[in-house]
Amino acid sequence: MAKQKPSYKEIPAAAVAWKPATDYKTGDWRSKRPIRDTEKCTRCLICWVFCPDGAIHWDGEDLTFDLDYCKGCGICAQECPVECIKMETEE
Amino acid sequence: MVVGKQTLMGINGDEAVAYAAKQALVDVCAVYPITPQTIIVEKYAEFVAEGEVHTEFVRVESEHSAMSACVGAAAAGARTFTASAANGIELMNEVIFLASSIRMPIVLAVADRSPSGPINIHCDQTVSLAQRDTGWIMLYCENAQEAYDTTLQAFRIAEHADVQLPVMVMLDGFVLTHTLENVYLLEDKVAHKFVGTRVPMEIEVGGQKIPLKLDPKTPITIGPLALFDYYLETRIQHHEAMERARPVISSINDEWAKLSGRKYGDGFIQSFEVDDADAVIVTTGSTAGTVRYVARQLRAKGKKVGLLKVRTFRPFPSEKVAEILEGVPAVGVFERTHSIGSLGGPLFNEVRSALYDRDKRPAVLGYYGGLGGRDLHPDYFETIYKELFKVKQTGELPPRPVKYISHRE
Repeated sequence: MAKQKPSYKEIPAAAVAWKPATDYKTGDWRSKRPIRDTEKCTRCLICWVFCPDGAIHWDGEDLTFDLDYCKGCGICAQECPVECIKMETEE
Repeated sequence: MVVGKQTLMGINGDEAVAYAAKQALVDVCAVYPITPQTIIVEKYAEFVAEGEVHTEFVRVESEHSAMSACVGAAAAGARTFTASAANGIELMNEVIFLASSIRMPIVLAVADRSPSGPINIHCDQTVSLAQRDTGWIMLYCENAQEAYDTTLQAFRIAEHADVQLPVMVMLDGFVLTHTLENVYLLEDKVAHKFVGTRVPMEIEVGGQKIPLKLDPKTPITIGPLALFDYYLETRIQHHEAMERARPVISSINDEWAKLSGRKYGDGFIQSFEVDDADAVIVTTGSTAGTVRYVARQLRAKGKKVGLLKVRTFRPFPSEKVAEILEGVPAVGVFERTHSIGSLGGPLFNEVRSALYDRDKRPAVLGYYGGLGGRDLHPDYFETIYKELFKVKQTGELPPRPVKYISHRE
């Protein structure tokens, strides 16, 4: 049986969040995931600028999609000037 | 009863509220003027301009912004006050729900004015009563003195550790807001001591007790998303806070009585000659004064009539109302509002429902009147008492329990 969520007596008053927003993996809302062609990608970082969820990380050399938080909106694919990102339907 | 020195002033209800807010040492007042609340804003702006208060006075561009600024200020730990009326309350409605849900102890003075349309600036209680499910504490005043007393009490109730909910203080438009009355004000230092300093609510987050306050030392998120998995639990917490307000409202009413010599029943209801009454009128706000006048005259003629004034509408004193009214043969509920499409108005429905489980249920009739500021002449209430006596004598009820009075047929 799944662990029961806390009762109304246990959660903080005033609906204050008791854990950081990063604990909520909003990526499970996604119905499409971005797939990048790393050969075609020029690392221009336009996708990184446009991602509304900060779900694209740049480590100084390359990009990664953070699928824990990517909601699959497809803005990165739309904005990519070399069209190297495709949105693929999740299984 | 020994009470301290008080100053007698000739002021109207709006000014009485402004003086109370001044003595309550409000930190932030974000407010937008609207008739018949405007005098509150003007008077308070005068205090700010003269340096008589150290309040951050925010001249917002709308009532929605006024309540939003109050929520932000209250979340930062400030004692916060605003005031509005009718259309202004309707515009701030979204944020009114929010303020109580996230437990911000804001005090809002409502100058009761009819909603549009047709556009009207005069008194009825339709708009404030429409706020009854917003989770605010709601206090109705009978006169300017009560408006002053209740506004000061409102800060204490709102900020009480067991409560931490916003409070609306209602005063009837023009009847109270613009009518000059003799009002006794406490000495500043006495009022300051009474209201004290706001202490933010303590919440437990991850096993740690912290103040509900925006503070970089203890970062928290106020007002996050809560869907089907948590929303209902937060609403039940809100309901429980409202229940905890009941003893607080009474004890602060008692404390105020010791300071000022003025007491409003048990803080919830105030009754007049109800003990042996054959007919009782239940009402709220300034109408209670008119009904008391009529009841006194009829009593002098030997008629057994009484008045039950409801001062606190939320939390509603169902038990207390039922205790008083059980066994009374006929009860008339007069409301300065109406609920189109319902059996009766908000007060009628509350009173009738409160009596449902009682063995000796009275006949309960409802009356709508005085909408749009229509003058409420004492004759109307004499007529209501007559109708109630008729019900008692004949045992016959009218085909519909609720009707309009004070209109042209």
